[in-house]
Amino acid sequence: MSTAPTMNTNVLEVRGLSARIAGQEVVHDVGFEVPASGVTAVLGRNGVGKTSTLRAILGLIERTGEVLLDGRRVDGERTERIVRRGVGYVPEDRDVFAGLTVAENLRLAERTGPHGTTPERRRLVDGLFPDLVRRAQQRAGTLSGGQQQMVSLARALLNDNRLLLVDEPTKGLAPRIVDDVAGALAAAARTVPILLVEQNLKVIERLAERVVVIDAGRVVHTGPAPELLGDPDLIQRLLGVHADGVEPPGADPATTAVGHQKGGAR
Amino acid sequence: MNAPDHLPATPVTGTASPGAGAPPGRGEDAGQVSAVRAALPRAVGGGLAVIVLGCLPLLALTIPGVLPGYTYEPGTLQLLGLCWLTAALALTYHLLLGVVGLLSFGHALYFAAGVYGLAVVLERTDIPLLPAAAVVLAGGVLLAGVIGAISLRVTGISFAMVTLAFAQAGNVLVRRDPADLTGGEEGIALATGGVPDAFVGVVNTRNLYWVALAVLVVTYLVALWIERSRAGHMAAAVRENETRVRIIGGRPYVVKLVVFVLAATLATMVGTAYLLLQSGASPAVSTADFTLTILVMVVLGGVGSRWGAVVGAVLYTVLDQRLGEFAGSEAVAGLPAVLRVPLSEPMFLLGTCFILVVMFLPGGIAGAASRAVDRVRRRGPRGPGGQGSAGPGERPVAEAVPS
Amino acid sequence: MSTLILLLVTGVGLGGLYFLVASGLSLIYGLMGILNFAHGSFLTLGAFAGLAAASAVGQDTWGGLALGLVVGAVTGAAAAAVTELGLIRPLYERHIEQVLVTVGLALASVALFEGIWGPNPRTVRRTEWLTRTTEFLGARIPNTAFLNILAAALVLGVIVAFLKYTRYGLIIRAGVENRAMVTALGIDVRTAFTLVFAVGGAAAGLGGVLATQSLNYVSPHMGASLLIFAFIVTVIGGMGSLPGAAVASVVVAVLQQLANYFLANTGDFIVVLLLALVLLVRPSGLMGRRAA
Repeated sequence: MSTAPTMNTNVLEVRGLSARIAGQEVVHDVGFEVPASGVTAVLGRNGVGKTSTLRAILGLIERTGEVLLDGRRVDGERTERIVRRGVGYVPEDRDVFAGLTVAENLRLAERTGPHGTTPERRRLVDGLFPDLVRRAQQRAGTLSGGQQQMVSLARALLNDNRLLLVDEPTKGLAPRIVDDVAGALAAAARTVPILLVEQNLKVIERLAERVVVIDAGRVVHTGPAPELLGDPDLIQRLLGVHADGVEPPGADPATTAVGHQKGGAR
Repeated sequence: MNAPDHLPATPVTGTASPGAGAPPGRGEDAGQVSAVRAALPRAVGGGLAVIVLGCLPLLALTIPGVLPGYTYEPGTLQLLGLCWLTAALALTYHLLLGVVGLLSFGHALYFAAGVYGLAVVLERTDIPLLPAAAVVLAGGVLLAGVIGAISLRVTGISFAMVTLAFAQAGNVLVRRDPADLTGGEEGIALATGGVPDAFVGVVNTRNLYWVALAVLVVTYLVALWIERSRAGHMAAAVRENETRVRIIGGRPYVVKLVVFVLAATLATMVGTAYLLLQSGASPAVSTADFTLTILVMVVLGGVGSRWGAVVGAVLYTVLDQRLGEFAGSEAVAGLPAVLRVPLSEPMFLLGTCFILVVMFLPGGIAGAASRAVDRVRRRGPRGPGGQGSAGPGERPVAEAVPS
Repeated sequence: MSTLILLLVTGVGLGGLYFLVASGLSLIYGLMGILNFAHGSFLTLGAFAGLAAASAVGQDTWGGLALGLVVGAVTGAAAAAVTELGLIRPLYERHIEQVLVTVGLALASVALFEGIWGPNPRTVRRTEWLTRTTEFLGARIPNTAFLNILAAALVLGVIVAFLKYTRYGLIIRAGVENRAMVTALGIDVRTAFTLVFAVGGAAAGLGGVLATQSLNYVSPHMGASLLIFAFIVTVIGGMGSLPGAAVASVVVAVLQQLANYFLANTGDFIVVLLLALVLLVRPSGLMGRRAA
């Protein structure tokens, strides 16, 4: 692991992060870095603590360890402070506010301050998701899964963030919609670094430059994405493809989405 | 409601769970033996304490400022008897909140059923005391069974509200007195026709004291037995994680209902003894406020701790009585109004004290005690214990109740 | 017929009082997951403070009543905000402890009120108009019923507008749905917590002063007795749902009035039965989204 000299090239550094849900440790001593550009993917079997890692970074669950944003410790801060330092979050299951309209969902996400909403960002979002502009007055709960994912992504992209944490954006979506979401993410990745949790290996292949593999709450592999994707043995060993009945990640987005362990306490 | 968080709950008094603390490889038997070995001195100590308390009416002891007089005097015995009955009632609430994690706002209903049930049966029939009490207990089982079966279909705060609503209905019934049985706001006096002479009159307060003590001992032993039984372990599992119990084939609903009915029936029994000790029934015992004061006692003592519930109840009862005396004293009367008004309201002082305990003393008295014990033990090898260490018995209330 | 009209209109008037208490309870529970037992004390304190202010002008004048209502609402809001900041916030996210603290506050504050104002009800003086009745569809309706209905409707309108058109209203509506996600958007929900307490306290304080006009007395226990029914209303309506609280307030109060008149004073019973029934058939209440 690289340390001091590379400090400023990483937007996020995580060291010795552990997290607990209902008293049970779900993330153990995890450490990795996210460079200041491109997509870093977090991989692993179902229920190994990927979602919990993201939630722990944001302080949404109880955690210990160090989280550095732009070289600055943020692990002692409350969630909203960390977010205001420029961390956009696209949660698992989208978590749009179903009773609010699309416009209200977006208005709620707008922030002021150094990493807040800018006119350029608004234009970017409007350009990426023309559908949402048309549906501004529709209640978010009545949108399709793919449209809700767009709302969730748009909420994060409205602000001039330093980093996006994106959790399983393609989960449960039809293949054609998966392509749309991946396209939007690719466009977003040109403007902001992304830490992406994803099960779909095709999406990883298209977007990710680096991978971090988590197993049983620990980091078991880090490296360039092509290195992992090009090595079927490594994939099988780390992600359990064909191994004792565990479904292959990325074989079919519709099937990989089922049986997913819920992230945490809400 | 939100999922419970933080640490897993640890019962305050280390129950004798088989295998706990046993060296690896020696198996369950060794664990049980060591548990028995640990439980024996405790049982002996408890027995001695009961004997000492039982002898109090024969002795001339007093604690100035705490007891109103010497322990053989009826006034003192009355207060102590009230302490034991309140402690017994707090133990029945402990079964709900501490053991199975049910937050009920309607526990007073079952206590009032005992108080008023026995009063009415004795007044309206010629049935002697013991059979009358048996009839009332049977009624208590029925009442708790029906209401429990309905209320437990919902959980968390909804359960609390349904129990509150049923208890409120009972309270209205007692106060409105449509069938002309309960005496309305006035309450009713104990009809002594069917009661043995030994339990009637101030001269016999001593006997009532012993009845109260016996009720406390019985309640404690039943609570202990429930916690140690299979049902008790199931109840603890339900409190920790209801879903997990369901997954492994358990039936949380049945477990909760059994404990609910047992706790309510015990409360009914305590109520019958309360009628004898107070020689009358008043609607105050059926109010939501009465349930809240039981809750306050249990939380003061420490949720999840049997002896905590007892200590909390005794402390509360004594404080309530003595603060009342204090409020009427000349020392208070001479104070300026800013101090006099709050100090002359016992409930204000108790409520404030309760708030402080909830905010600054997690685990109540029992939690504080076990932290103190921990600190003493740890001072040897490792120096003073680290801050925030979750010693056994430190159980924030939130973990006791699956919300 | 005129009896029925009388019962219906006074029922809606009583429902107005219930709503003033239940609206705050429901918002607080919806956003924070806290059952606020101290809410009745906000009402009682508002009533006493409001009447004290009214006395300065004259309890039986319109000016006195108007001043009393304003002071009652402000006092309720202040007491509630202080409670949230001092007692609730330090116990962040520990819901049961938060409920217990409100229980302790309810017990302690009622005792304090008794110490200050005496345990017994005191009669109040009202403006002459409020002591009279008005003929409406053949029934002679006490004018206080109209006052309650008007005030409750106004409060409902103001709260709905606040929730719909302000940023804090947006935050509160979103927070009722998913509080964690609101913080994950960089918003400090704790400000919204204090705000719902203050809004709820204001409605309760206003309700306290209004209740003294209907009851013709003020007492340290008036909050506690209204609170029980407000709880029932909140649960029946669906905890966290403002429209649910409004509908349930009226349903419960009207039912209570009808049963008290036609079924030999069984109003309180019928309400409890209704609660049990609603919870068994629809555990999340009439308009609640999620079961507690």
